[in-house]
Amino acid sequence: MLGYILKRLLAVVPVITFVAIFVFLLLRLTPGDPAAILAGDAATPAQLEKIRTSLGLNDPLLVQFGTWIGQLFRGDLGISLISNIPVSDMVGQRIWPTINIALMTIILSVLLAVPMGVIAAWKHRTWADYAVMSFSVLGFSVPVFVIGYIFIQVFSIELRWLPVQGYTPPTEDFGKFLSKAILPCLTLATIYVALIARMTRASMLEVLGEDYVRTARAKGVSETLVLFRHALRNAAVPILTIIGTGFALLISGVVVTESVFNIPGIGRLTVDAILARDYPVIQAMILLTSAIYVFINLMIDVAYSIIDPRIRY
Amino acid sequence: MLSFKEGLLDKTARSRGASTLRAGLIAGALLSGTGLATSAQAEEKVITAVMHSGLRVIDPVITTAHIVRNHAYMLYDVLIAVDENFTPQPQMASWAVSDDKLTYTFTLRDGLLFHDGAAVTAADAEASLKRWGVKDSGGQLIFDVTDTLTATDEKTLVWTLKEPYPPLIDTLAKQSALPPFIMPASVAATPATESISSFIGSGPFKFVEDEYQPGVSVTYEKFDEYVPREEPASWMAGGKVVYVDKVKWVTMPDSQTSINALLSGEVDYMEQVPVDLLPILESSDEVVSELRDPLGYQSIGRMNFLYPPFDDVKIRKAAMMAISQQDIMGTLVGNPDYYKICGAVFGCGTPLEDETGAETLINGGDVEAAKKLLAESDYDGTPVVLMQPTDVPSISAQPIVAAQALRDAGFTVDMQPMDWQTLVGRRASQSKPSEGGWNIFFTNWGVPEINSPLINPMLNGRGNDAWFGWPTDDALEALRKDFIKAETLDEQVAVAKQIQAHAMDVVNYIPVGQYLVPQARSTKIVDMLPSPVPVFWNVKKED
Amino acid sequence: MSAANAPVSRLQPVLGLLSLPLRLRKLGGGPMIAAIVLIIIVIAAALAPLYIPHDPLAINAIYRLKGPSEMFLLGTDAYGRDLFSRVVMGGRVSLFIGVGAAVVSVSLGLAIGLVSGFFRVADSIIMRIMDSLMAIPSILLAIALVALNGPSLWSVIAAITLPEIPRVVRLVRSVVLTVREEPYVEAAVALGSSMPKILWQHLMPNTLAPLTVQGTYICASAILTEAILSFLGAGVSTEIPTWGNIMAEGRLYFQIKPSLIFWPGLMLSLCILSINLLGDTARDLLDPRLRKREA
Repeated sequence: MLGYILKRLLAVVPVITFVAIFVFLLLRLTPGDPAAILAGDAATPAQLEKIRTSLGLNDPLLVQFGTWIGQLFRGDLGISLISNIPVSDMVGQRIWPTINIALMTIILSVLLAVPMGVIAAWKHRTWADYAVMSFSVLGFSVPVFVIGYIFIQVFSIELRWLPVQGYTPPTEDFGKFLSKAILPCLTLATIYVALIARMTRASMLEVLGEDYVRTARAKGVSETLVLFRHALRNAAVPILTIIGTGFALLISGVVVTESVFNIPGIGRLTVDAILARDYPVIQAMILLTSAIYVFINLMIDVAYSIIDPRIRY
Repeated sequence: MLSFKEGLLDKTARSRGASTLRAGLIAGALLSGTGLATSAQAEEKVITAVMHSGLRVIDPVITTAHIVRNHAYMLYDVLIAVDENFTPQPQMASWAVSDDKLTYTFTLRDGLLFHDGAAVTAADAEASLKRWGVKDSGGQLIFDVTDTLTATDEKTLVWTLKEPYPPLIDTLAKQSALPPFIMPASVAATPATESISSFIGSGPFKFVEDEYQPGVSVTYEKFDEYVPREEPASWMAGGKVVYVDKVKWVTMPDSQTSINALLSGEVDYMEQVPVDLLPILESSDEVVSELRDPLGYQSIGRMNFLYPPFDDVKIRKAAMMAISQQDIMGTLVGNPDYYKICGAVFGCGTPLEDETGAETLINGGDVEAAKKLLAESDYDGTPVVLMQPTDVPSISAQPIVAAQALRDAGFTVDMQPMDWQTLVGRRASQSKPSEGGWNIFFTNWGVPEINSPLINPMLNGRGNDAWFGWPTDDALEALRKDFIKAETLDEQVAVAKQIQAHAMDVVNYIPVGQYLVPQARSTKIVDMLPSPVPVFWNVKKED
Repeated sequence: MSAANAPVSRLQPVLGLLSLPLRLRKLGGGPMIAAIVLIIIVIAAALAPLYIPHDPLAINAIYRLKGPSEMFLLGTDAYGRDLFSRVVMGGRVSLFIGVGAAVVSVSLGLAIGLVSGFFRVADSIIMRIMDSLMAIPSILLAIALVALNGPSLWSVIAAITLPEIPRVVRLVRSVVLTVREEPYVEAAVALGSSMPKILWQHLMPNTLAPLTVQGTYICASAILTEAILSFLGAGVSTEIPTWGNIMAEGRLYFQIKPSLIFWPGLMLSLCILSINLLGDTARDLLDPRLRKREA
């Protein structure tokens, strides 16, 4: 087991290295000039040139790359070209809202989606199944921002139940955190619920056809127990996988919901940085999100062996 | 939270009223350690304001972005400031001019302190002015004729010139694009091409460093030791009396969200409301919308003088003739209450306003004449590269309407969409339009940024040292020199009229209309100063 | 992979695919409606230039943000452009982006996947690159790519396509790895068939079915991704209307003129819904495991 984890960790190295090279090159080939963005409307070309030099943007690419990699090895993410603040500080400020919202979304989604999927599979080809499936297809088909606007319109403006926007850290005021986080989480969850419910249903359908389920039923085990103890346990691997691969989807949702609900998270940080060509921030963010993605999927692979005893490494 | 030392200082400065408020604050500071802070903090008066953009850069010298200038007015003070009649008034300093107009003596007023408690000295002002002079175009002109600038004692700053420079005081008092803010000398020692990293100013607000999130929010708290002037506040001049404890600026990526937050009382103020959305606010009696300042913004189109087709004045004229301000403003703003058709390069509603030469622009354009002129010219159908920003609502309509007008006149238009930041980078490129350069783009200026030949960035004919588009225009430079020499307003107006006629004649740039930006506030926010720069002194928040 | 998942004969998947429309009829209900809706949308979009009442780009300040009228069926947008004309023309572009992204990512993914599945040397390098591409959140990669190339139609398609390719490659590769071990492929190798021939005759057919399903999903998600890119300010220029950029422009007016989001949003959702439903149906039909149980 430990050997397996180590092996998988080693395999992460080339992936992250490639991401680093790719992102670096992508940005340096991008038109757009952080110096011009920094200097504003009235700068002259000569002034821009001076700023570029002081930012190190006039150094040869290889030198810039070397500097960056050197910093990375020292655990230094660099300094934002625009804000002149260490990137690690910016990430530190902005990552918690995203993590909290994402975690809450995942928990909410699993709580909603798994029962939905189980019921759909259990009541296969009945109205319940069709309802769940329709919802899950619908969840994929409406853009996240439209869902967000509809929620705001209904719950915040018409009913006045919840705040329109913003974020309060749970450590500061948990009640406020919840009231502000509910709508963004629900918005994000629509797509995630759709994804997980679908996968749960498909996976359960497969398992429910297996012999041991039939045996359990024949032995007179209660239906709830059959479903949630025997079947779901065995259907769990694909469900876990989809939660892992769905992380990418979650990120794209996060980027949008953070804009709609004005949450100061890393999604907005990254988009703003891309639009402002703040190279160190973009590099750090893409590297970081990639690493998180790889790490989550690694964790899930490890979790397999715990959940499904058939898988052994 | 107030420190013990500041609490003591505060007692000595209590004479100026609002003592209950301060007592509450001190109590809050003492209680916050005991966990009872929330009840005391609830009495804090905090204004939450949605600003037009996020604060990411904190150095007002390195950039001319409006949000950074606005931030600087919170944090820093200026020597001289302009009032609502465009008249310079003493702010941190009073001044005297020698009879030969070569020596200016500034005297700092009493009680000026930086946020770290140090007194503001003339040496700080000297260093700040010198750093500003490297970057600001008006400052550069003054330093071109400067003999010496020295602090002769703690309070006195003497500026001697090699030749008279009548607009010196106007330049120091200006509020755009780059006002000379006074920083501690140690901070002002930073090279002008590098960003400062200190938040110490001597203005009416202090920076709350722990709550700064670049691009998201920034919090200012009242600087209790700030001594306001006696005069009533007027634009950037007068007494900057602060009646709230904290001001929190937030950014929202979406105007819809900001409006909803304002309606639900989550924020108190919105700096810019899209005119089309005003009807939503009208339904609420807890929110009022109003014009912040009567001048607004001038929207402009600028052509590249280096490459065909716009290196030819005849073709530039044809392009200008095709364009109608009415079409552009009507599409951009819609509601005629919020825009002005204005052909004056110095803006309408300003002392130097004059519309000579802009007749076609303000009368709906003349496509037929444009066609004729273009046909007579050497235009060979070269595509005009028009840069269109896709992510800034206030510049969304201009390129689209202009592209249609130019096509109607017979131009081939290659409209290239890009995000604003790409545009900002690309307009600095002097490459051929077909190789990453450009032919025309649009942007907006606050009217106080263009209302004089001294500061209007476009009206600079110094070729490569000029603003993007790089016209080489000796006649314009000569006229600007005349303007600098003009000593009275009448003389200035006469020269400005010539500059207007000349600018239109060579089509230095195309003003495409002046628009006003409404702001909105909760009815709890009262006595907000109307000013081109949103300021948070004088304003009160009712319970 | 279980034995049930392995192809029974090399022709069966092709037959399965060809008979899909025939079997679709038997399904009735949802998929049928989805197919009809999609066909209507495609025809309406394809023929749009023939019947739109206004030039979708013609701006007119006088008619800004007007409600529905005889002149403007669905009203106008903030530039005074006809919403109806823009929505149907936008459908053309959105569908083009969807189909374009699907075709490009499937073909490139197929080619790379085949190579990767067959040549051990290339495999490890290709898969590391694919893993890396998959690790980068697709929306961030897409925004960066659009910023790199400028928001032209092609760069938006490319930006949507690139993050999809690794998924296709993985799929193709897994099929190849399974099929490679099949006796008839081993026999073909032993008999000295040339590699291109083996690829074409034995592997292509087995990858077609899953790729068709994958392609429909990519098409649907590409249309959605385009909308999100537009929302984030990295979409196609307003001179080329798409459902996404009509909504993105209209979102400012969500409360005063919801039709600017409602109509393109409705069309987009209907379209994606239909494509997804058809994709699901095709998957169920083409998946031998499921089919066995349904029977």
